[in-house]
Amino acid sequence: MAETLTIGKALNLGLRKAMEDDAKVVLMGEDIGKLGGVFRITDGLQKDFGEARVVDTPLAEAGILGTAVGLAMRGYRPVCEIQFDGFVFPAYNQIVTQVAKIHARSKGRLQMPIVIRIPFGGGIGAVEHHSESPEAYFAHTAGLKVVAVSTPADAYWGIQQAIAAPDPIVFLEPKRRYWEKGAVDTDTAPGPLFGSRVVRGGDDVTVLAYGPMVKTALQAAEAAAEEGRSLEVIDLRTVSPLDLDPVFDSVRRTGRCVVVHEAPVTLGLGAEIAARVTETCFHSLEAPVLRVGGYDTPYPPSKLEEEYLPDLDRVLDAVDRSLGF
Amino acid sequence: MTALQQTTEVVDPVPGAGAPHLPGQPELVQLLTPEGERVEHPDYALDVSDDELRGLYRDLALVRRWDVEATALQRQGELGIWASLLGQEAAQVGAGRALAPDDMAFPTYREHGVAWTRGVDPLHVISLFRGVDQGGWDPVATHFNLYTVVIGAQTLHATGYAMGLQRDGAESATLAFLGDGATSQGEVNEAMIWAATFAAPVVFFCQNNQYAISVPIERQSRVPLYQRAAGFGFPGVRVDGNDVLAVLAVTRAALAAAREGSGPTFIEAFTYRMGAHTTSDDPTRYRLASELEEWKLRDPIARLKAHLSRAGIADADFFASVDAEGDELAARIRQGTVEMPDPAGTEIFDHVYAEQTPELARQREEFVAYHASFEGEGH
Ligand SMILES: Cc1ncc(C[n+]2csc(CCOP(=O)(O)OP(=O)(O)O)c2C)c(N)n1
Ligand SMILES: [Mg+2]
Repeated sequence: MAETLTIGKALNLGLRKAMEDDAKVVLMGEDIGKLGGVFRITDGLQKDFGEARVVDTPLAEAGILGTAVGLAMRGYRPVCEIQFDGFVFPAYNQIVTQVAKIHARSKGRLQMPIVIRIPFGGGIGAVEHHSESPEAYFAHTAGLKVVAVSTPADAYWGIQQAIAAPDPIVFLEPKRRYWEKGAVDTDTAPGPLFGSRVVRGGDDVTVLAYGPMVKTALQAAEAAAEEGRSLEVIDLRTVSPLDLDPVFDSVRRTGRCVVVHEAPVTLGLGAEIAARVTETCFHSLEAPVLRVGGYDTPYPPSKLEEEYLPDLDRVLDAVDRSLGF
Repeated sequence: MTALQQTTEVVDPVPGAGAPHLPGQPELVQLLTPEGERVEHPDYALDVSDDELRGLYRDLALVRRWDVEATALQRQGELGIWASLLGQEAAQVGAGRALAPDDMAFPTYREHGVAWTRGVDPLHVISLFRGVDQGGWDPVATHFNLYTVVIGAQTLHATGYAMGLQRDGAESATLAFLGDGATSQGEVNEAMIWAATFAAPVVFFCQNNQYAISVPIERQSRVPLYQRAAGFGFPGVRVDGNDVLAVLAVTRAALAAAREGSGPTFIEAFTYRMGAHTTSDDPTRYRLASELEEWKLRDPIARLKAHLSRAGIADADFFASVDAEGDELAARIRQGTVEMPDPAGTEIFDHVYAEQTPELARQREEFVAYHASFEGEGH
């Protein structure tokens, strides 16, 4: 069945489906019960599944993740909501030293099917700590997988796939796109969770993005087309593991590659991708892989976020520089 | 009886379920009843002049006026968000006025009333909520730290600062603000352990406004919060947070004890968040209007006003003059907000480090050149 849903509603329905399918799925987080979460992603779920399966936790992120580990050891599938990206850090110790390592430590005897849902990224005019892009911290941590959705269909299916997966997954939700609508086929998944996808074909430059920047990249491609430039846009969808085969195929044709993310460029995902594209496609490249991202500064006060965040113009500027090489 | 039953028996009454006198709380320190009647407490005598009493009223009224104006400004799109202190004026003004000039306060994001008592310009608080900066005041000059949004983090800073005071032999103390929800954070518990272990001159001032966004206090604690202090090894006291005199007396005593080397105190100011968590919040989703009505009867400003009038300490002219001052303040805040200039884009690069790095300096130049390239294009 095809429905038109927002990303937020698609997540809500995906969570509902996952809870119906598996009684071991437990949602944990601050304000996710009666309030339905500050973004209403869990709206109505506590009413229908009860307080034992949709748990309003004490205000303690280390507690949320630490107890999730124990619940996972008992066969539960905790889905932890972190209220905002900037508030994951009290839980960072548990995520990095425990959640990520327990499978290896136990030689596979213990699985950690924990999903850590984080609304991430900026552009909503918020105060400090509400607009962060912490994906590289997690992608740098062996044992964690990291995905970022950009469409309602991926949100609906991705959250279910993540919950069903055996490894811990940091599930990044593009908060400023929660209200964007798109078609969702609730019968057929749009593809595996850990796969990237060409979302617009093109010949001149390959543009890579994930999460909130996919829309920005598509807008840039639209604008570029008016000037006769054909951009191929790839939604990476998965940040760790990376699925770069479609990227390599694309870059071998275009010879040019631009990576876009909100996170600061230094040691961001773009750095890793640039290295791998260079290693694999060196002889096809007509220009160095260019990165468009946040500056190496704290996320600024909201009056300055438009100047901080990559936008259509900055993507096109990088495209111009790539073509000018 | 199981251990669990034993602990659940001392759970607080449902917030607001009782009558205005907060019955069943003999441990609640109160110097002014909700009706405005002055009462004595054996442990907390308070010596205040009529001038001071009128000053406290003025503080409460002006802080509320500021808060109401800021909420209106947010509604009109002038602020990104506002965290209202409505209902918590007495807790904040009482605590703030207990501070000596050299004491240091460590607020959360809601302590506008304390900011007021430290002489912070309301516009320097507004600028944070407008998205212009992360707080425009000087934390060193005002002895009022910048707002800390990550729940509980500042309690450790207050403890460390207190340890510094202690090393320096300074006769000052710190006042760490936190909410009821914050008491669940690991860092807050660590702060209390450190404070106790080193007998640091810090006072933890917890405004139990009954909610952490939508989550009621029962989800954070099975015992009244002030009783937690005993487990850490220092005194805890519950004060009527809507009684500015009691808050002033209790906080003064705790700060004095800290300065004298007696170590920390935990103060639970029992109050109520009369507004939404922030302007983004919708409390109708999680609490009953009747609860708010109950708490309105304990309004912190009305009770002081009743006391001042009844005791002949202030007359109608005084109240009218405070109202007029409130109107002026609101007008100044409004004008200052709408006229507040946007920050320059280059500011994001300028204070990241004490010593600028070559890489960031390069990014700044690139930023300037990039924006200059649009000049004349109507961008
Ligand atoms: C570490 C962290 N987690 C979550 C949040 C989001 N958040 C902001 S305020 C708040 C509730 C705080 O409740 P409380 O401590 O009682 O203070 P109050 O807002 O009631 O003054 C939450 C969960 C945060 N700011 N920091
Ligand atoms: Mg609270």
